[in-house]
Amino acid sequence: MLPEPLLEIKQLKKYYEIKKGWFQPMQQVRAVDDVTFTVYKGETFGLVGESGCGKSTTGRAILRLQEHTSGEIRFAGRDISGLPYTEMRQLRRKMQMVFQDPYASLNPKKTILQILTEPLRVHGLYAPEERVQKAIEMLEIVGLSEYHLHSYPHEFSGGQRQRIGIARAVILQPELIIADEPVSALDVSIQSQVINLLLQLQRDFHLTYIFISHDLGVVRHMTDRVGVMYLGKLVEQAKTEELFRSPKHPYTRALLSAVPIRHPDEKKERVVLKGDVPSPLNPPEGCHFHPRCPDCMQICKTEKPPVVEVGDHVVACHLYATENR
Amino acid sequence: MRERAPILEVRQLKTHIKTANGIVKAVDGVDFTIYEGETVGIVGESGCGKSMTSLSVMGLLPKPMAYIESGHIHFAGRDLTQLSEKEMRKLRGNDISMIFQEPMTSLNPVFTIGQQLSEPLKQHTRLNKKEIRNAVISMLQSVGIPRAEQIIDEYPHQLSGGMRQRVMISLAMLCQPKLLIADEPTTALDVTIQAQILELMKAIKATTNMAMMLITHDLGVVAEMCDRVMVMYAGQVVESADVRTIFNRPTHPYTQGLLASMPTANERKGELSSIPGSVPRPDEIPPGCAFAPRCSIATDRCRQERPVLQAYENQWTRCWHPISKPSEVTHAT
Ligand SMILES: Nc1ncnc2c1ncn2[C@@H]1O[C@H](COP(=O)(O)OP(=O)(O)OP(=O)(O)O)[C@@H](O)[C@H]1O
Ligand SMILES: Nc1ncnc2c1ncn2[C@@H]1O[C@H](COP(=O)(O)OP(=O)(O)OP(=O)(O)O)[C@@H](O)[C@H]1O
Ligand code: SF4
Ligand code: SF4
Ligand SMILES: [Mg+2]
Ligand SMILES: [Mg+2]
Repeated sequence: MLPEPLLEIKQLKKYYEIKKGWFQPMQQVRAVDDVTFTVYKGETFGLVGESGCGKSTTGRAILRLQEHTSGEIRFAGRDISGLPYTEMRQLRRKMQMVFQDPYASLNPKKTILQILTEPLRVHGLYAPEERVQKAIEMLEIVGLSEYHLHSYPHEFSGGQRQRIGIARAVILQPELIIADEPVSALDVSIQSQVINLLLQLQRDFHLTYIFISHDLGVVRHMTDRVGVMYLGKLVEQAKTEELFRSPKHPYTRALLSAVPIRHPDEKKERVVLKGDVPSPLNPPEGCHFHPRCPDCMQICKTEKPPVVEVGDHVVACHLYATENR
Repeated sequence: MRERAPILEVRQLKTHIKTANGIVKAVDGVDFTIYEGETVGIVGESGCGKSMTSLSVMGLLPKPMAYIESGHIHFAGRDLTQLSEKEMRKLRGNDISMIFQEPMTSLNPVFTIGQQLSEPLKQHTRLNKKEIRNAVISMLQSVGIPRAEQIIDEYPHQLSGGMRQRVMISLAMLCQPKLLIADEPTTALDVTIQAQILELMKAIKATTNMAMMLITHDLGVVAEMCDRVMVMYAGQVVESADVRTIFNRPTHPYTQGLLASMPTANERKGELSSIPGSVPRPDEIPPGCAFAPRCSIATDRCRQERPVLQAYENQWTRCWHPISKPSEVTHAT
């Protein structure tokens, strides 16, 4: 069976206009700069990259929590990039988000019952007493219980709050969940519990995930395919095992090699990158990665790299352009 | 390995914190020794007392709320718990230095990098102004800061997170301390920047005889950096051994659980091995073994009697039923 696309992102751009000082002209932050990828039904697509590379902005733009500058967002075959607010709001039932910070994403003044039934109420689903029943069912699914219905978020641990955040997203039975660093704030032993929960929910409810994370160990475990971002650009995409086995883009190689070893006896060849990630305000000419790239060529300094297919990978790099191969 | 002299000996350290809800036993009877030249990792989950242990050693506990209730900290022949604030200040930045997770908390935003780095040299050496400036520039260069001659006149906010952490490290290294305490030094950094900083710290270790106490919750950083490891849980050391023993043959159920829950130790897409429940709040710590509510092999004895730290071949473990057989923890490649 051919995989069925659920979400198709084409040339997505999100530019922020900012002013550095009173008398300065407006400047553009190219947070997401021409990003194209497809997410298939039932899979987990990972988005990785370092701080500021545009992962969260991509996620928020897809859900239209933030207006994008240009590009196409197709959900279940329909272009939703220009959908009016009210229609978009209805569609959110099918597309939910789970955030990193379980502390900030739950309203501290509401009980768990209110937090869980509110999305049902907003979307006019079920009769009021059925909603309570749904909330209880959902709590049990995420490993809490009816006992917690009337508690407030501050009465829970970080891991429990993240379970509540997940319950709130899943209660609407969405098709797509964008999880933005859902386990990054959690302790190791709690992190594994929440990952197990996400995997179980995916099986039980046929969910499709976009899993945003900077933790490559978690991404390797959770995802089917991965997109690697650098300064607003998607520099490489491939199946997860393939990407970790044989990264093609010089940035992906450096990123994977930077992950600490897993055992004191593991030997690792490390590509230590020079310098810091440049500012997206004035990204370098040509290939954004060229000032740090160990394989940089003359052409990289002036010309944008082409996006090419290398085996099962999609890579944006001059090294793989036909004329350089 | 050559016999090495102990540099830091902590004995039965108890650090308490007064809170509105009563006394929190943040550090509850911790013992350890660090020898010169070695790196000892302290791992454990949030709230287990790692930072309070290191702040106790540095004499930087938030006073008067937090205080050393009892115990001794021997450093280079002196008991630090008995020193005056003035004597401690002299020790800090001279024989013992510390770097923190967030460098902005220890860099002063209103002084230039150069001004801040000159201060310890002014206090602890007899160098003149020009010599100090040169020493600072070469220190910045040695930690890989580009344009050191310019950076020296810039302010902390003008630098990136990775650069600030380098400045912090050079500040800590200026007086060639005997002991460096690093509390989550790379946790706030991106992985490629973390790799740069870890390589830098390894290079410093290779060229000096400095001892290091490295606090982290990242077992990968431990594997990469440490000679020995202490695992903490609820204010106590539950296991300690050399790094290979910890990874190959953990005997404490908590250490085993931590190692087994690393995603890389599990089959891709499979259910991760995990520890049930969560870390107890200070007021929830049970009378017997603190880990008993989450431990799959807990017995009645565990629930009633607090285990003591016992030597077990070449490792120490605080458990009534240590797991002796080599662990099944394998690492997928
Ligand atoms: N509201 C905003 N105004 C201006 N710039 C912004 C805004 N939000 C984000 N940015 C910039 O856009 C870029 C991408 O940010 P984004 O939050 O998407 O990164 P990220 O990959 O999610 O990073 P992190 O891993 O730190 O969460 C960054 O350079 C950021 O500074
Ligand atoms: N200012 C404070 N007031 C009250 N309790 C505190 C304070 N600081 C720490 N504690 C308590 O002391 C205990 C130990 O805290 P400590 O900061 O040493 O933990 P840690 O192991 O460093 O955790 P983390 O990994 O989160 O940094 C915790 O139970 C914590 O709640
Ligand atoms: S295009 Fe050139 S600079 Fe960019 S990653 Fe490829 S080789 Fe490096
Ligand atoms: S003492 Fe008992 S409860 Fe505690 S870790 Fe050992 S076996 Fe588990
Ligand atoms: Mg983000
Ligand atoms: Mg701490």
